[in-house]
Amino acid sequence: MTNELITASAADLAARLAAREISSAELTQACLDRTAAVDGVVHSYLHVDAEGALAAARAIDERRAAGESLPTLAGVPIAVKDVMTTKGLPTTCGSKILEGWIPPYDSTVVTRLKAAGMPILGKTNLDEFAMGSSTEHSAYGPSRNPWDLDRIPGGSGGGSSSVIASFQAPLATGTDTGGSIRQPAAVTGTVGTKPTYGGVSRYGLVALASSLDQAGPCARTVLDTALLHEVMAGHDPMDSTSIDAPVPAVVEAARRADVSGMKIGIIRELTGDGFQAGVQQRFDEAVQHLVDAGAEVVEVSCPSFTYALAAYYLILPSEASSNLAKFDAMRYGMRVAPQGIDDPSAEQVMAATRDAGFGDEVKRRIILGTYALSSGYYDAYYGSAQKVRRLIADDFTRSFEAADVLVSPTAPTTAFAFGDKIDDPMAMYLNDIATIPANLAGVPGMSLPSGLAPEDGLPVGFQILAPAMQDQRLYAVGAALEARLLSAWGAPLLHSAPDLTAAGKGA
Amino acid sequence: MSQATAEATLPFEEALAAYDPVLGLEVHVELGTNTKMFCGCATAFGAEPNSQVCPVCLGLPGALPVVNEKGVESAIRIGLALNCEIASWCRFARKNYFYPDMPKNFQTSQYDEPIAFNGHLDVELADGSTYRVEIERAHMEEDTGKSLHVGGSTGRIHGATHSLVDYNRAGIPLIEIVTKPMTGAGERAPEIAKAYVATLRDLLKALAVSDVKMEQGSMRCDVNLSLMPKDSTTFGIRSETKNVNSLRSVERAVRYEIGRHAAILSSGGKVTQETRHWHEDTGITTAGREKSDAEDYRYFPEPDLVPVAPSTEMVEALRATLPEPPAARRKRLQSAWGYSDLEMRDVVNAGLVDLIDETVTAGATPAGARKWWSGEIARRANDAGSDVPTYAASLAVTPAHVVELESLVTGGRLNDAMARQVWDGVLAGEGTPTAVADARGLELVQDTGALQAAVDKVIAANPDVAQKVRDGKVQAAGALIGQVMKEMKGQADAAAARQLILDTLVG
Ligand SMILES: [Zn+2]
Repeated sequence: MTNELITASAADLAARLAAREISSAELTQACLDRTAAVDGVVHSYLHVDAEGALAAARAIDERRAAGESLPTLAGVPIAVKDVMTTKGLPTTCGSKILEGWIPPYDSTVVTRLKAAGMPILGKTNLDEFAMGSSTEHSAYGPSRNPWDLDRIPGGSGGGSSSVIASFQAPLATGTDTGGSIRQPAAVTGTVGTKPTYGGVSRYGLVALASSLDQAGPCARTVLDTALLHEVMAGHDPMDSTSIDAPVPAVVEAARRADVSGMKIGIIRELTGDGFQAGVQQRFDEAVQHLVDAGAEVVEVSCPSFTYALAAYYLILPSEASSNLAKFDAMRYGMRVAPQGIDDPSAEQVMAATRDAGFGDEVKRRIILGTYALSSGYYDAYYGSAQKVRRLIADDFTRSFEAADVLVSPTAPTTAFAFGDKIDDPMAMYLNDIATIPANLAGVPGMSLPSGLAPEDGLPVGFQILAPAMQDQRLYAVGAALEARLLSAWGAPLLHSAPDLTAAGKGA
Repeated sequence: MSQATAEATLPFEEALAAYDPVLGLEVHVELGTNTKMFCGCATAFGAEPNSQVCPVCLGLPGALPVVNEKGVESAIRIGLALNCEIASWCRFARKNYFYPDMPKNFQTSQYDEPIAFNGHLDVELADGSTYRVEIERAHMEEDTGKSLHVGGSTGRIHGATHSLVDYNRAGIPLIEIVTKPMTGAGERAPEIAKAYVATLRDLLKALAVSDVKMEQGSMRCDVNLSLMPKDSTTFGIRSETKNVNSLRSVERAVRYEIGRHAAILSSGGKVTQETRHWHEDTGITTAGREKSDAEDYRYFPEPDLVPVAPSTEMVEALRATLPEPPAARRKRLQSAWGYSDLEMRDVVNAGLVDLIDETVTAGATPAGARKWWSGEIARRANDAGSDVPTYAASLAVTPAHVVELESLVTGGRLNDAMARQVWDGVLAGEGTPTAVADARGLELVQDTGALQAAVDKVIAANPDVAQKVRDGKVQAAGALIGQVMKEMKGQADAAAARQLILDTLVG
């Protein structure tokens, strides 16, 4: 009974909840039981709120019993990335510096989840302040990839990807600054979307890089991702950069799953050299599936993408260095007294706290950003990076004249092993080479599984990119591909993942 | 009390004989909007500490700013009133530095894209001449919180055991108005500085964008000053004297700094580029933070806000709301009131234009309004180190009081001497003119029986004088009038007494 509930899709669960075949309380309890069984080894969660989730589930059950008409996903539980504020629940951003902080307010995304009647199971792990591609930079220890516990679940949103891939939750929220939704989805065989910049409110999302950050949905199917996307998205007057326009019809597109007549653009710069053979192979097969479904394939060139990584690693640290300045021990979070100073000044307390509270990767980027913004260097670094950003946006504009969507592998490789890139930040940064351009240009992107790489049996991600505010195209293409792959595989990819309860018992 | 000791200064005339001052003024004005610049918090002055705060102005993780439209409108109106160009597109910028009263450790300000730039303000000086102050820019920013240093003797951070921070002020909209360097002012530099701030204050008051209360900090002035040798055109090193918060202090601070710089330069020294603290009590400045070129605020465009792009229509609509410029208004009022140039200048210098305008509007004669607001009350205000409007407000003495007093005279109840006594009573807080007159029993005696008795008594006592009058020497009646008035204890109408004497003696 339990297994069947936790592996079902959110769309299926929503239908059964609406038909009163199951209750939200039993579904939520099934998720919590699964967490009790497997999260000891997977470590997706930084905080589980069993009591709060069950109370919310019972409340929804009561409302449904009273005959109230409820939103589609009412009663379907969800896990929230620990970078979004939750009133009354800890929000650490994976950092020691925020240990024990209980936000007094909900992020807009969380407000919308609550309004949609979705019980919040807990807060998922991430690289500290979302800086990383592996969760190895979480101050609370890494999450593990359900496909291979010695490998990374992607980052920064490795908690959210692994929580879905290990069937602890049908849905999770993510945030994507340079690939933090898409790359974890790719390496765990799940689906994730970074919406158009401004499509989902950033209010209450602890900022990494304000001009790049975008919250989005994580799920196991394209339709589930669309259903959650619809709940999260929409204009928010609390976020000036939020787009005041109707949410693209993502659910409708996912249900129609129609690519006939669409032009699919393969990005020349994001294939071939530098991509693992099995990754490239599964990508090519996926493209063939789309052609079989009636799409036309064209090749496009985005020459400025070569400079995307360099620009990204100037813009992100610059904005981050300023965004993270507020963590100063004065008002909330950690406070450390400097050693050997009798009567420390506020500035000395700030320095000691930031020294103790931030991890190495965060410090690395703060230093980088502080340097890049310094007078005398600003034009050469931040200024040039902004120019590259415009060129990348131009590349997209030109490519979208030739194609309706662009496609590439989501990441150059399958999941790497823990420790592989911890001492080589450049290698880790390169993992985001295919995902970063979308953030720099503000366009939407999705990753969905395209199979397992023959050489290592690990999931491969297929990335779809669309023009700004055309998020529905991701879902049309994603759902069409998913349907073909599913009939080819005979069962969802995740059904072939290892049995974690056995691993849990062994651990 | 300030413990600082004064540095050497050169006498003013001596300093001006050798050097030309270059003056620059930076004025911060708190806008009188109901809500803060980037959140919905109230802005009332004097509220309970930290009672007007929210996640945004406390800089809590995840919170985002939203621009206050009223703040932008006020900024544009100020820019237009200062004859500035208005930017058709401009951005906010982050000014990064760590300070406990700054919740985000950056101030949201404007950097190289101010909303208003290249303007001027004509300032009338005491001798009737006009000096044009060139305005470099007026930009929008947010105020910081307020630190209260506890435990030290000076109220400054030095020696304090701890500090308290009130964030009610954090996020209140500020407009910073910066002049271009003013040259050629010579010995008039202190006067020009004061007149500029006074003129600016009147202008902002007329715009109704701020309550411009220097004593409450809603208008704050920084004085930048340097000297250059008479034959030079190269600016010297400047000092920035912070928080010079009264008109009188602006004049004094300029004068003091001219003397201090001159003493340093004439003895072959070098002026230190630094901020200076102004000491109201002793009239001197003392060294503050040393400013070096290394001070680097790492400005960059605020990514959490969208650009401000006022349309031409919007700017023109705001231009149409501008009040009559103070100088034009003064000319109009002078002519309407029939004041001489000298009278008008006195009224302007005493800051009485608004008060007289209100009083005349309320029904008083222009001559009466000028007389009552510039007599005794001006002496008292001066003794209290205040100006008439502020002093009158503190006494709750209003234009209505002047109107009432004047009507008591024109209605025949009081003569001029009695009216002065009544005004004294009003200023002493004894109530309205009528109430004072009643309480003090002041009333012209209209009863001709009593007056006739006094006249008869005085004639009987002065037969010689009476005979002269009978003989036709009418001017001799004056001596009798005085005695009649004395007999009536002043409560008689002198004209009536004269008539009665003549009637009695001559028939
Ligand atoms: Zn606020």
